[in-house]
Amino acid sequence: MSIQSIREFMPKNNLVYFLCLALLIFVVFPLSMDIFRLNLIGKYLTYAFVAIGLVLCWGYGGILSLGQGVFFGLGGYCMAMFLKLESSDPESTKIQSTPGIPDFMDWNQITELPWFWEPFYSFPFTLLAILLVPSIFAYIIGVAMFKRRVGGVYFAIITQAIASILTILIIGQQGYTGGVNGITDLRTLLGWNIRTDSAKYILYFVNGVLLFICLLVAQFIRKSKLGRLLLAMREREDRVRFSGYDVSNFKIFIFCVAAAFSAIGGAMFTLQVGFMSPSFVGIVPSIEMVIFCAVGGRLSIFGAVYGTLLVNWAKTTFSESFPELWLFAMGALFISVVMAFPSGLAGLYKSKVEPWLIQTYTNIKRYYLERNGTRPAESGETL
Amino acid sequence: MFSEYTSSELVSIFAMQGFAGLILFSVFVLMALGLAIIFGQMGVINMAHGEFMILGAYMTYLTSNIFSNYLPGFYGIYFFIAMIVAFLAAGSLGALMEFSIIRHLYKRPLDTLLATWGISLIMQQTFRSVFGAREVGVTIPDWMMGSVPLTEMVEIPINGIFVMCLTVVISVSVYFLMYKSRFGGQVRAVVQNRPMAGAVGINTEKVDRVTFGLGCGIAGVAGSAFTMIGSTGPTAGQLYIVDTFLVVVFGGASSLLGTIASAFTISQAQSTMEFFLSGSMAKVLTLLTVVIILMLRPQGLFSLKIRK
Repeated sequence: MSIQSIREFMPKNNLVYFLCLALLIFVVFPLSMDIFRLNLIGKYLTYAFVAIGLVLCWGYGGILSLGQGVFFGLGGYCMAMFLKLESSDPESTKIQSTPGIPDFMDWNQITELPWFWEPFYSFPFTLLAILLVPSIFAYIIGVAMFKRRVGGVYFAIITQAIASILTILIIGQQGYTGGVNGITDLRTLLGWNIRTDSAKYILYFVNGVLLFICLLVAQFIRKSKLGRLLLAMREREDRVRFSGYDVSNFKIFIFCVAAAFSAIGGAMFTLQVGFMSPSFVGIVPSIEMVIFCAVGGRLSIFGAVYGTLLVNWAKTTFSESFPELWLFAMGALFISVVMAFPSGLAGLYKSKVEPWLIQTYTNIKRYYLERNGTRPAESGETL
Repeated sequence: MFSEYTSSELVSIFAMQGFAGLILFSVFVLMALGLAIIFGQMGVINMAHGEFMILGAYMTYLTSNIFSNYLPGFYGIYFFIAMIVAFLAAGSLGALMEFSIIRHLYKRPLDTLLATWGISLIMQQTFRSVFGAREVGVTIPDWMMGSVPLTEMVEIPINGIFVMCLTVVISVSVYFLMYKSRFGGQVRAVVQNRPMAGAVGINTEKVDRVTFGLGCGIAGVAGSAFTMIGSTGPTAGQLYIVDTFLVVVFGGASSLLGTIASAFTISQAQSTMEFFLSGSMAKVLTLLTVVIILMLRPQGLFSLKIRK
């Protein structure tokens, strides 16, 4: 890898964005907040995985999926199933009529562990399942839809229907899935208690590191030929097709990547919050995840993270103090993001803050150079 | 699963469930007709459609309260007044929404989806603040109570028959409006070729606004009919929106006949299965079948054969 290719992969200003975000997540938040608030931030950041996936698939690829909650939920449920099996060993469930199975199964008169729960005794399998189950599911949906050139609005409606189906299924099959309460009361991961403060700190940092890995993958896709092709496809799909590219394969790939990101987010959500329920799978959470991405700016992977943090922070603050105002604020947010700021926070930054920063930087530089008696620098210098 | 019933019982089960399915069908058709106009003809994804229906339902509730307090003598006919009120309220709000928001977003269909979702959140919260979070129901006038016995085991409720007749009347009038009237011709002209329609002197912006208002107004009437068979809560609209979109897409978005056919198929399948399986499994199976069929045949059941 030459210096040239590194520069192409990570231009100077993107490096600054990465460092700022890292500073915020790994230094500022942990130092300035108690563990309760930090845990909340960790929870918000799990949604940021979904938002980054949406930037790739909606912002770049032009595929609006209203079912990202499905993949978030699948990842979360895989992790929750493993944790639940671990916490319901025969020792701690001996008051049940069938010891050794999760408590909600016992309440629903199920006496035997269903077959699809069996493999989740194994941790390596669970980790694989978290990545593979949602990706394979996304692949199937993608092949069925994109190979037939279904896209845009129809794709959005069908993903929405899938989110709705999965929610009804989870709620309806209470004995196998925990129903509307979800899978609760998760305590340990491989014997390590995840509910202590120190565990929460560690999980927060693991979550942050995973988020940065996803950001780097997203950056790689963005800067590669694939990223440019996605943009081209979004604008003029036919022309890309006529140039000899198989458009549907790129779409399927990016949809699977977005699904895998969401699943990682879901799994980290389960670990940090300690439960998983169908209320993170359905249509409403899925559309909310789209708005996180839209507020941040649908073309900016960093914007997606900031947008997620901002909207969720606003949601928590509002619903703590004025619960009835929150839906109004959320509704207004949807409308104003679409009408007034189609490129979100990132767009505002690009058009307002960045020129100002560059101007200030140039002024400071000129001031110092003049004081030292050298000639003023050209004003075209940038950060 | 059929073995534990005798054949005469099976016939009556299918008849009763079929009738329950017909009521569901009526609600689907009324909701889907409005959506088929807005989505199928104009290409706007109106996620607030369910809320327009609930607006109609609340308008009916208000009208029924006014009648029972001030005009108890005319209570029997309040429903017809309520329907007009619901149509006007939902229709004018829809036209206002088109004028202030949707108009700017015709070129970005996915963004209309987000904007209308925002509108639906605001409407939901407004309903909750004004009418309370609890579900409300109207008192059905006396002549609509009771049921008609067909055989010993099959009884048909009168309010169900009424809702079905209403559906037929509205569907037929929408058909005439869209395919036989001057206005319908203008709408279809604008849909097919906007610049040409403008060039021959059609005021396309006005046609857009009226069409959108009409679709929302029909949703309001659907809500009005909905009060005859169930109670209304602030979030009830969200329960129906996905089903309705599926009905429209499944029928082939630009065909009104397809919409009606697909509403019939979906509602009958769902209500028949509901008797033998649990309600949630019936719904899952129905939706899943529809989604799979749509994956195999993305253009829906009935589609116009046109070159794209």
